[in-house]
Amino acid sequence: MNTNRRKFLKVAGLSAFALSSGLAGLGMTTEACAQLAPGKYGHGDKTAHAKRWAMVIDTRQFRSAEDYKPLIRACHEAHNVPDIPDNKNIKWMWLDSFEHVFPDDMNEHMSQRIKDSVYPLLCNHCTNPPCVRVCPTQATYKMADGIVAMDYHRCIGCRFCMAGCPYGARSFNFYDPRLYLPKPTNPRFPTRMIGVVEKCTFCAERLAQGLMPACVEASKGKILFGDLEDPESSVRKALAENYSIRRKPNLGTQPGVYYLI
Amino acid sequence: MLEKLLTGPKRYYLWLLFLLCVIGLCALAYCVQVMTGLGVTGMNRDVSWGLYISQFTYFVGVAASAVMLVLPAYFHHYVKFKRMIIFGEFMAVAAVCMCALFIVVDLGQPHRMANVMLHPTPNSVMFYDMIVLIGYLCLNIIIGWVTLEAERLEVAPPKWIKPLVYLSIIWAFSIHTVTAFLYAGIPGRHYWLTAIMAARFLSSAFCSGPAILLLLLFIVRRLTGFDPGRDAIKTLATIIVYAMCINVFFYLLEIFTSFYSNIPGHMEPIMFLFQGHGGHFAWVSYFMWAAVIMAFASLAILIPPQTRTGKYLPHALIMLVLASWIDKGLGLLIGGFTPNMYETITPYMPTGIEITVAIGVYAIGALVLSLLWKIALGVKRDVNNFCD
Repeated sequence: MNTNRRKFLKVAGLSAFALSSGLAGLGMTTEACAQLAPGKYGHGDKTAHAKRWAMVIDTRQFRSAEDYKPLIRACHEAHNVPDIPDNKNIKWMWLDSFEHVFPDDMNEHMSQRIKDSVYPLLCNHCTNPPCVRVCPTQATYKMADGIVAMDYHRCIGCRFCMAGCPYGARSFNFYDPRLYLPKPTNPRFPTRMIGVVEKCTFCAERLAQGLMPACVEASKGKILFGDLEDPESSVRKALAENYSIRRKPNLGTQPGVYYLI
Repeated sequence: MLEKLLTGPKRYYLWLLFLLCVIGLCALAYCVQVMTGLGVTGMNRDVSWGLYISQFTYFVGVAASAVMLVLPAYFHHYVKFKRMIIFGEFMAVAAVCMCALFIVVDLGQPHRMANVMLHPTPNSVMFYDMIVLIGYLCLNIIIGWVTLEAERLEVAPPKWIKPLVYLSIIWAFSIHTVTAFLYAGIPGRHYWLTAIMAARFLSSAFCSGPAILLLLLFIVRRLTGFDPGRDAIKTLATIIVYAMCINVFFYLLEIFTSFYSNIPGHMEPIMFLFQGHGGHFAWVSYFMWAAVIMAFASLAILIPPQTRTGKYLPHALIMLVLASWIDKGLGLLIGGFTPNMYETITPYMPTGIEITVAIGVYAIGALVLSLLWKIALGVKRDVNNFCD
């Protein structure tokens, strides 16, 4: 028997098996079918659970932009965020000054420390996300745990969500992002295609493995992440003990990212 | 009636050929955009909509403006509009085609367009916009075609068309209202977050749309001898001047609220549009001031009844169209995105490719309009409803 025929028989046999098992699947009880229905996935054993994920950034513990760099690097490397040098760039986590991050909280005279500091920006994973409200295809959606997620394969690239987001948290792939990927790329997270919108996901894929978000892990305790609905959680305790602010709270979006100033 | 397309003078074929060449050339620009992505446009992370969406918005208005002929004719039995009503309806068809194309060229993944229908999302205004635009397109094609057919056969239009006409009148208001809701419901975009947006859209549509129609009909009159009728022109000019007055008034209302309240977020977009930034005019500022001058100049000609239908009417209409185009086709989008979410300025200027693609869509609109109007003119000539 020559190798080609052997290969053919192998593939044929496997295909026949796959087909017959598929057919068997069709004959299963409805309950079993429901478990296998497309789009219905359960949580793994290790998954970290919360009713409403939230983040508390203790900006007092960061002294300069340098201190944030490892966090941003961890995020962008974990998610294959391309580095594009013009104003069509992709940002998942980035830095800006107080007056740009909190334009509504701008006092004429404020402490030099606050004025000189930079602050990290990312998707706020709002309780009432305008991006989800405006998306015409449900490519952006809110999960039960409060995370605002994206389906890159459904997004039509209309950019209504970018107009809708009051935080500028969304980036559109004006260019082919695969030409600007960080090296080495992370094979465990999908790269995106041209013409779709993307943003921070609160590391939903890491939470599913029981890991904290990449920036939280890299911050070594300076960023807290936990369940906002749980009074015993680290985030709730930090918010109870410290003065915190959020970006543009007057818009009623209820951001899930808190800043200790 | 399609046979009317097949006969015509030489310049008719030359015009079609010219349009096809323009469309072909501009299609090349679109190919470049499809292959290299929307990076070839001037849009960026902070100004994420640009020329395409603003042209879409403007032409929804042009489409809706057909109602300014249909409403007087059917609700008030103003018979003098009857001769040119078909041109308004067919212009609406061409305008909606352009709207659809402007959306398509703006998409990052145009081949996924059907997702809007495959995953209908009632909480998104864009979903309703798609429904009302498709509905309006169908209504105008059906109404236009059936009434023209009836005219050709010299019989009264079938009775069932009346309810559709009434529906189309209400529908016309809905298309531009829903388009305004795309903008007016977004938190954090100060220039757009205004309850008067839909009213402003409608008033600007109801002056600019009929003005475009009249200008085009003047060209047609010169080329073919078709006369919309003196009284009809006079009445339409009156409608235009009322709508323009309301349009200017509404804009001044915006300015009052922004500046008397003294809220920075509301003042800044207007200041950017008219003053630029950091002591320098932005390129759009020149356009905005030109729009102000043209708006008032057009009113100065159109308000006195003596000059309204005089020889300066076309000049006034051209200025009016340009002013409303700058307001809605440039200022609306640029003011909405500038200052950006961080209260800083990210400049936007359409690129050559972007403008070329937009011209291509204009040319397709002109082609649709030319073909439809050719049919209408042919029928009008056959039944001697061509001039007084």
